[in-house]
Amino acid sequence: MESTKKEQLIVSVSPHIKSDETTSRIMWTVSLALMPAMLSGLYFFGLKALFITALSIVSCMVFEQWYLKMVGKTSVLSDGSGFLTGLLLGMNMPASLWSFSPFTVHIPVIASFFAIVITKQLFGGLGYNVFNPALIGRAFALISWPKAMTIWNEPTAAFLAMDAKTTATPLGILKEEGLSKLIEVFGDKMNLYMHLLTGNRAGSIGETSAIAILIGGLFLLYKKYISWHIPVSFLATAALMAWIFGGKEGLFQGDPIVHLISGGMMLGAWFMATDYVTSPSVRNGQILFGIGCGFLTMIIRLKGGFPEGVMFAILIMNCFAPLIDRGFKAKVFGAVKQPKVKEAK
Amino acid sequence: MSSTSTTSLKDLFLNGIIKENTIFKLALSLCPSIAVTNNLKNGIFMGAAVLFVQTMVNITISLMRKVIHPKVRLPIFMLVISGWVTVTSMLMAAFVPDVYAKVGLYIQLIVAFASILARAEMFASKNSFMPSMADGLGMGVGFLFALTVISFFRELVGKGTLTIPTSLSSAHVITFMHTKPLLIMVLPAGGFLAVGILMAFFNWIDVRYMKKGAVSH
Repeated sequence: MESTKKEQLIVSVSPHIKSDETTSRIMWTVSLALMPAMLSGLYFFGLKALFITALSIVSCMVFEQWYLKMVGKTSVLSDGSGFLTGLLLGMNMPASLWSFSPFTVHIPVIASFFAIVITKQLFGGLGYNVFNPALIGRAFALISWPKAMTIWNEPTAAFLAMDAKTTATPLGILKEEGLSKLIEVFGDKMNLYMHLLTGNRAGSIGETSAIAILIGGLFLLYKKYISWHIPVSFLATAALMAWIFGGKEGLFQGDPIVHLISGGMMLGAWFMATDYVTSPSVRNGQILFGIGCGFLTMIIRLKGGFPEGVMFAILIMNCFAPLIDRGFKAKVFGAVKQPKVKEAK
Repeated sequence: MSSTSTTSLKDLFLNGIIKENTIFKLALSLCPSIAVTNNLKNGIFMGAAVLFVQTMVNITISLMRKVIHPKVRLPIFMLVISGWVTVTSMLMAAFVPDVYAKVGLYIQLIVAFASILARAEMFASKNSFMPSMADGLGMGVGFLFALTVISFFRELVGKGTLTIPTSLSSAHVITFMHTKPLLIMVLPAGGFLAVGILMAFFNWIDVRYMKKGAVSH
């Protein structure tokens, strides 16, 4: 060595190349990607939407802090996972929950407790939860308060108005009265698509605007925080199913576009099903996971009792994520498959 | 536990309620504890039926233990258990028909309860009359206690009411809230939640306040 500069040699175990990515950075970026959808929710549902989302976020963070303190773990509040869970939970609730008679303000708080303490922390905290905490929180709320959770406000686009008419969601109309009635409600078909794309329709706070969610999803895709496998296979399967079985008259009569951009399909496919912890990490497995989500969603939408099935579909597929991971495990390079020993007859 | 000469009858009785509570400690017989406990009255009657069957089976097996051949002991236990279950289900069908309509299926299922066969095999077939009766009573009371707590919790939280049986045929319904505060608790999913939460609670009490010698497994 001729160099006069005395170089310091650091010997360490692998990995040697470290990336800047941290859990907290990913969490905060995903939260940022949710902002367009959140803003559109605020625009259409007003202050109530803001209150409900803020309440969920604050309760999630408080419960996480409280639990970690109780069991004597170090606080991980700054990693943003509690914030993200609260944000997603709030965005999955109807704005009409902000009402004092009948009193329904406690619902986001109890759902947050369920999401953070029971679904996430009791299973071991971030990285160990089997189910998506925000979705379990919402499922718990929907089953516990079926009436309050399905009162949908009509979008007003008047920020300060606290009174709102209630109405049915497009999927509710589709389920009860069919596509022709849905088109009648919104005027014509193009008008219906426009309303669904921009988010000017009844629904949960963050799920209504397909375009805003798509912006966030593509941003995550561009940053390589999610891969295309789950959202694309999810949406493609759902569209195929909707096209084949969605029509009342017979096969191949359904309208896939309405199904894709209504309900929680977009939010579910881009932000819920792609959760790192609860989805498979092997690429081929992710495709199977997405197909399963899309299939179950459409089964529930077309044949089930609920008008919307994204939530239950993702939760059911969450159970299978470890199994899918094991089934699609990459082959070990150079390993030779042991020939089966034939038993002597 | 199985050494009876040194343990008193009182300890045997308390063992089934606290240390080896069928549901909260051994996690056995969870099927009825989830299925029938969305109503306090149903829970209490189910628990009482199990208490009766458990005690009578223990007594019968204990009295018969000298004449049962070890090779055929399990079929004989099953016959004894099914006999007492039939007696119970007929008594309930006759005297509390409205409860029987709700929990009848689970009364028949007592035949297959792991806890009852386990006590017959592990305890009553090796011990004399009095310890076996104490053990059966303790296990049964423990089960009754567990079902009462679970159904109290589930009905109160899920429906906002409490159905308290005042006699065999009548019940008094106390209404605390007219809206359903947490509907999931009376649904099957809530049964699992309630059992899990209460199990955690009783184990926590165990660890916290009864440390000395309480842990049996």
